[in-house]
Amino acid sequence: MNALRLLAIFFRLGAMNEVQYRVNFWIHLLRSTMELGFALFAVLIIFRHTTHLNGWQPVEMVVLMGVWTLMSGLIGVTVQPSMEKLIEDVREGTLDFTLTKPEESQLLVSISQVRVWRLVDVVLGSMTIVGALWWMERATGGREILGFAMTLAAGSVILYSFWLMLSTMSFWFVRIQNILMIFHSVYDAARWPVTIYPTWMQAILTFIVPVAFAVTVPAGALVGRLSMQWVVGAPALAAVLLVASRRFWRIGLRHYSGASA
Amino acid sequence: MIRGFGDIYRTLFALELSVMFQYRAAVVIWLLGLVLQPVILMIVWLTVAESKGGAVGDFDAGEIAAYFIAVMLVNHVTFTWHMYEMGWRVRSGFFNSILVQPLHPWHRDVLQNVAYKVLSLGVMLPVAALLAWYFEPTLDPPLWAVLAFFPALILAFLARFFLEWAVALLAFWITDTSGLNELYVAFVVVLTGSMAPLSFMPELLQTLSTWTPFPWMVSFPVELLLSRLTLDEALHGFVMQGLWIVVGFGVVQLAWRRAVSRYSAVGA
Repeated sequence: MNALRLLAIFFRLGAMNEVQYRVNFWIHLLRSTMELGFALFAVLIIFRHTTHLNGWQPVEMVVLMGVWTLMSGLIGVTVQPSMEKLIEDVREGTLDFTLTKPEESQLLVSISQVRVWRLVDVVLGSMTIVGALWWMERATGGREILGFAMTLAAGSVILYSFWLMLSTMSFWFVRIQNILMIFHSVYDAARWPVTIYPTWMQAILTFIVPVAFAVTVPAGALVGRLSMQWVVGAPALAAVLLVASRRFWRIGLRHYSGASA
Repeated sequence: MIRGFGDIYRTLFALELSVMFQYRAAVVIWLLGLVLQPVILMIVWLTVAESKGGAVGDFDAGEIAAYFIAVMLVNHVTFTWHMYEMGWRVRSGFFNSILVQPLHPWHRDVLQNVAYKVLSLGVMLPVAALLAWYFEPTLDPPLWAVLAFFPALILAFLARFFLEWAVALLAFWITDTSGLNELYVAFVVVLTGSMAPLSFMPELLQTLSTWTPFPWMVSFPVELLLSRLTLDEALHGFVMQGLWIVVGFGVVQLAWRRAVSRYSAVGA
């Protein structure tokens, strides 16, 4: 409850900050539409030459692109900017200000930044998914929707835990901003079903930088090309990573000495 | 005493090289995107080829692999980042320190570019070799194609450098150029042939692309190396490269004068 109340406060703060720059909304809308349009264009070009990509039909690929956009929006609203801020705070020593606040520190650093305009990606992604499903001839049943909801939630938790562990590493390695570049490059690989990659790359995309769980798995659940073990496995992995990342955060925090003084 | 251009270039190059060497970890991390993007697209197109019994259009699997490895290398040599830096230079007032130097700033940017590439080629070439070992490209160019490839590569670099420097100068008129840069990059990825060989694109797009500078910046040297061009097509490509270098350089000179007169130093 307390977490939700805090999130609401930070959200309001973020929104109030952003409405000062209303033009940014239009700029962001334009950029997101452009990026999605570009992704769909790539799908269009590919299906000029084939009828399926490793078993994925054109409509299913559109669903995947929608999930990609939706997920980057979900993570981009608060987790990603907050973690970028955390890394900066550790480097500059300004994390002191957060730690002295009378609230759970992990919660505070996880929601400190809110980029409301990133909700545009959530909306655009959802519209793409709904549009593609509506266009797809076979009906989407409750089973698929439930599987999608579960794997999407699990995927977000997995990405959050991954970001937290990555940022926690900045307690030991101060100059870590460049690692964020690695995430952005690898997240691009998730625009395509991970099954097209060679096995060793699939292993990296699933367990080292777990973007497979963020995009391919929810999209697969929604179009009904996912076996039960993934639908159960994703939440299980999410739970494990959530606990592990919290432990790691605790250990990391003990190493923080406050560089500002 | 005014010293020769050669001296200035040598000194500045040594300087830029040592600056780059300080950030060697960052240099390597920057490469990741440059390597991953073509590898991802290669795998996508190899998957398409597999679903069709081994070939897409006039490319078989080995040629697709060769195409994207070559695209990776050519993109590495020709890409620039000044579009992303110019906005910051203008906003932060960093331009002041550039303006007082008795040398047009593009000289220094060229040297910085070359320094980055000389340093990162040490990583890029082994990566290319590794990819070649893993994906088994077919590449068997005749000697003339290899000999023509290197001048085409240098001309491609110059054409792209001046064009993108001209685009970067828009930062003097527009405060936030990040949206514009993204649009530009989308065009670059499609029209340079980085997303797919241009022959995979719809006819209309192929025709339109030849009127833009983009195919000559990546696709042309790559197809030259893959010996997919006739001698006539190769000569035509060199002419177009020359033409776009002249256009790009002209725009830079013209726009620069106006840009500087607009510039009001910020940040003291």
